Amino acid sequence: MKAPDFDYARPSSLQEALALLAAGEGGAQPLAGGQSLMPMLNFRISTPEMLVDLSGLPELRGLEQTPQGLRIGAMTRYCELEAFPDLAKIQPLVAAALPHIAHDAIRNRGTIGGSVALADPAAEMPAILLALGAVISLDGPNGPRDVAADDYFLGYYETACEPDELITSILLPKIEPGDSFGFHELVQRHGDYAMAGVAIRSSGIAPLAGLRIGFFGVADRALRVTALEDALNGTDGTDIAGALSHLSEIDFQGDTKITAETRAHYAGVALKRALKEMLT
Amino acid sequence: MTDVKMTVNGQPVLGQVEGRTLLVDFLRTDLKLTGTHVGCDTSQCGACLVHVNGAAVKACTMFAFEADGAEVTTIEGMAEPDGSLSRIQQAFQDHHGLQCGFCTPGMVMSAAALLKETPKPTEAEVRAYLEGNICRCTGYHNIIKAIMAASGQDVSAAVA
Repeated sequence: MKAPDFDYARPSSLQEALALLAAGEGGAQPLAGGQSLMPMLNFRISTPEMLVDLSGLPELRGLEQTPQGLRIGAMTRYCELEAFPDLAKIQPLVAAALPHIAHDAIRNRGTIGGSVALADPAAEMPAILLALGAVISLDGPNGPRDVAADDYFLGYYETACEPDELITSILLPKIEPGDSFGFHELVQRHGDYAMAGVAIRSSGIAPLAGLRIGFFGVADRALRVTALEDALNGTDGTDIAGALSHLSEIDFQGDTKITAETRAHYAGVALKRALKEMLT
Repeated sequence: MTDVKMTVNGQPVLGQVEGRTLLVDFLRTDLKLTGTHVGCDTSQCGACLVHVNGAAVKACTMFAFEADGAEVTTIEGMAEPDGSLSRIQQAFQDHHGLQCGFCTPGMVMSAAALLKETPKPTEAEVRAYLEGNICRCTGYHNIIKAIMAASGQDVSAAVA
């Protein structure tokens, strides 16, 4: 047996799942697609007393276009999002980024809600939510609440979602005419976690306007640097040397692969390449 | 212990598993279907790739209980009913698409998933699809050739 022993529950309603999490007092761990959690369990990095399997909750399913935008049930798998009709028109940034998220066999199991709940700093989806100004809907003992992506990612695997809360769905706001998007990540092998990456939304292209740039794989969480966005707004995006100086606001992390200095350099490279692609 | 019921390679199977039993361990230990290999246990290598309800998944990153009620296909289910090799398996043999053979079950299952979606993939598409499968012998060129051949395409021009 690779994973530590745990109790297993498969509730059939959201209410039942929330009751199990509350009763677990922090020892109960939700199981979504398992594509990050299971390797952690197999390495015994994570040792929950109970796994609460969310696959039987109808409330967390569904993928629909609403007047506000694309509402993604938390248990939507990446493969389901990829197969959504006209995704490239409805949410071009998501469509462009999806092929970079792990690979097919992982996307067949991994869920959008699971990625956002875990908030791995090198994962793509949190940065995409920042760029799009997404809204994360939570439910818990104190009732449902919505949290803007800007207020959601707090630190290393730390989010605004309390241990007794669950993400129910995520709203990607409708894109506007004239919106432009960019995505670029630097990886050792396609499908790996990024050494640095960016997801960009701009409401204009010449000049850039209303920029939202989500960085990932750079620090303890996906994040925006508003001073950098402000420096680029109103420009044509070709001379970004000055704006790049604001990257110094990021507390770049080094790891076994690369140093913090290299990562800082890569973040600039990813931004330059993504902008170049947007402008051509 | 939890009861699980699934269809594996067309046969109904019943089992009792602990919550933490991985699907790959259920297949290998309980069902004695040892064709599915365990390389890394952390979804990096793809040696454990099987099909669950027709979709390629890594059996080391799925609990057995999650496959309750599912249809699972493993490498043992790939041969033709008369026992002869499937088109993909035969192509791996013809093009020497295996060296030590450890990654082969996962490679064949990945190839089957790809060709179901994309019957005539380009070489680039094959390479991209196999990102999640690692060959420790690094014998990728012949694996690509085998998959191109299995899709009925000319392999002489393909693959450096």
